[in-house]
Amino acid sequence: MAERELKKKPAQTREADEVVEAAPAESKQGEKIKAELDDLLDEIDEVLEENAEEFVRSYVQKGGE
Amino acid sequence: MAIRKVCGIETEYGIDPRGMGEKNPIAASSVLINAYVNELQRKVGWDFEDESPGNDARGFAREGSMPPEVETHLVNTVLTNGARYYVDHAHPEFSTPECADPLECVLFDKAGERILARSMDAAARALPNGQGIVVYKNNSDRKGNSYGCHENYLMDRQVPFARIVQHVMPHFVSRQIYTGAGKVGTEASSTGGLEVTYQLTQRADFFEEEVGLETTLKRPIVNTRDEPHADAQRYRRLHVIVGDANLAEVATFLKVGVTAVVLAMIEDDWFGERDFALETPVAAMRKVSYDLDLSLPLTLANGSTITALEMQWEYFDLARKYGEDRGLECVGSQGDEVLRRWESVLSALETDPMSLADQLDWVAKYRLIDGYRERHGLSWNDHKLAAMDLQYHDVRPAKSLFARLNTERLVSEEEVQQAMTEPPHDTRAYFRGKCLQKWASSVAAANWDSLVFDLGTDPLRRVSMMEPLRGTASLVDTLFEGCSSPAELLERLGS
Repeated sequence: MAERELKKKPAQTREADEVVEAAPAESKQGEKIKAELDDLLDEIDEVLEENAEEFVRSYVQKGGE
Repeated sequence: MAIRKVCGIETEYGIDPRGMGEKNPIAASSVLINAYVNELQRKVGWDFEDESPGNDARGFAREGSMPPEVETHLVNTVLTNGARYYVDHAHPEFSTPECADPLECVLFDKAGERILARSMDAAARALPNGQGIVVYKNNSDRKGNSYGCHENYLMDRQVPFARIVQHVMPHFVSRQIYTGAGKVGTEASSTGGLEVTYQLTQRADFFEEEVGLETTLKRPIVNTRDEPHADAQRYRRLHVIVGDANLAEVATFLKVGVTAVVLAMIEDDWFGERDFALETPVAAMRKVSYDLDLSLPLTLANGSTITALEMQWEYFDLARKYGEDRGLECVGSQGDEVLRRWESVLSALETDPMSLADQLDWVAKYRLIDGYRERHGLSWNDHKLAAMDLQYHDVRPAKSLFARLNTERLVSEEEVQQAMTEPPHDTRAYFRGKCLQKWASSVAAANWDSLVFDLGTDPLRRVSMMEPLRGTASLVDTLFEGCSSPAELLERLGS
């Protein structure tokens, strides 16, 4: 998804610099999230359901609402 | 002037009985809820007298469609926080009490998750060793069976239903970019030629109609169930079945907050000539859900095209002007916060969607599963990824993948714990909850719009609560203060 062309249609009332200002903070946030994700991926096998195929197969619900 | 958007969320949880022989989800749901309420020992039955789920908001008789089934014999309880906790079809369902604003809705929705988790623990204590019940806050079993997470909003009965449909349907289609809970793969028979490895929402695969009364088959984007649970001359309850069950609090806040503001704008006829009606809304639902790049154009009925993100910016700009001109009292004190978060999330979706992994479910789940996939070189069809999709929604704190993701909190855990037993202060749920706290043994039955007292003398006494914004703490606390018994309360109420 990172490769995609970012197309933005600025709405008439928004000022372009609002978005520019916000960008650095978002990348920082992105880095923090990535570091946390790496840590989580290191340990996640311990909590995952043991037999994925059987777990997915046996999870059957009746429709609701 | 738009009325206050009293709101609530009903969630049907997925249920997986384990070690109990042949799986019986109805029995397991009953065991689960009974285990919880038996431990609380405050069991009050639900009163069905005013339920009429078959009524149609468009004002015409049903043609060939059956009213949704109401299974009155199943477990049905009202909790001291004003919520309803019951078995619906083959699922445990938690309906929040009536909430006065979107943040309160987040709080009680989260309290519902904790109640389900505690119910699992209580069921484990009540069941023989080796048996247990696991609950998932999701909307599909990945095999074509879906169950709902419905939102409810109080609306002015005067507003023509056609106007609601016109402006809310494009919102329901486009809001998926932040309301989606994410799903690996698809359950739709046709994807319109798109390859779907992962999609934004749990639910888009299951919508087949634009407008209708059904909720279980041929699901419509706009549901017409007309059952106000309030003064039917003044109010409508818009019953929204198109959303996903969210775990991320920011996602829930935006789902409810933005929709409440949009509905207020519709009430005040703020859209004027602006019309975003889609050429093919049902196809657009799926197209948006399948479009991870948020870039596919949707065709409007007037022939122009627009992406879901651009449409949300249009709604946002209209809402900001609406707020400046009319104010946003419709969402209580949360108006500025709804606009701020809405703008922030749309901006991030535009520039760096993955930065929202701490705010939106579909992003959080995608990052986790895609990260795992890359690390282990798995294909999107691998069972492990499907299993992670399900386990994201596991309500048990130790097993929930969502719980490990450190998403942003809008409410404190202390507040959530309190909301498991304490009602909201600013709606009639306060009166319901407080009566149950004080005199549960004298409450024979409860409903959204009434309480029935059994004082040991005939006849039963019904207290009507047709105004959702009455029965609040500020209105009834003084009434409760001097009352030592339910008989005294009823005497004071003059009922």
